[in-house]
Amino acid sequence: MTPELKARFDQLTQSHPIVLFMKGNALFPQCGFSARALSLLQPLGEVFTVDVLADPEIRQGIKDYTNWPTIPQIFIRGQFIGGSDILGELAERGELADLVAGKPPA
Amino acid sequence: MLDADFIRSRILEALPGSEVEVRDTTGTGDHFEARVVSPDFAGKMMVQQHKLVYAPLQTWLETGELHALALKTYSPEQWKKLGNR
Repeated sequence: MTPELKARFDQLTQSHPIVLFMKGNALFPQCGFSARALSLLQPLGEVFTVDVLADPEIRQGIKDYTNWPTIPQIFIRGQFIGGSDILGELAERGELADLVAGKPPA
Repeated sequence: MLDADFIRSRILEALPGSEVEVRDTTGTGDHFEARVVSPDFAGKMMVQQHKLVYAPLQTWLETGELHALALKTYSPEQWKKLGNR
């Protein structure tokens, strides 16, 4: 990854408390997993979304940036959280709101 | 086509001392779910725990022989607290 692209991801992921790299946007999610991630995050605060379908460089780049193979990808307070499965599991365990609030994992 | 024992063995090699349960969810040998309780997970974010499980299975994930592996991961401490599901 070029330093320029890495810097762009650093900036994007830290631009808001909740950042979601997804297929489509909040109004028109283009994939069920992205839609599910969005619906889990929206109750917790404003979700800044990045549509990976709009930019091939972002679409591949985010996977390289996190070393994680699938989209959606979720960042909370600048930290990579995972994909929709992990998000769902964290929500089920009641840990998601803590992450947004900045409490460390138990 | 893989089987649950094979997946379980690869995970156990990478994370000795873990409790590992693997189930073939569709009966087609390419969709599995696993529950892993490992002392290596203590203090780690869930995404790091999952990466530790995926790592020994990378080869099969890349070829597509292993199409999906749904994970539930717990440190022994987390499992004690949340594990009755």
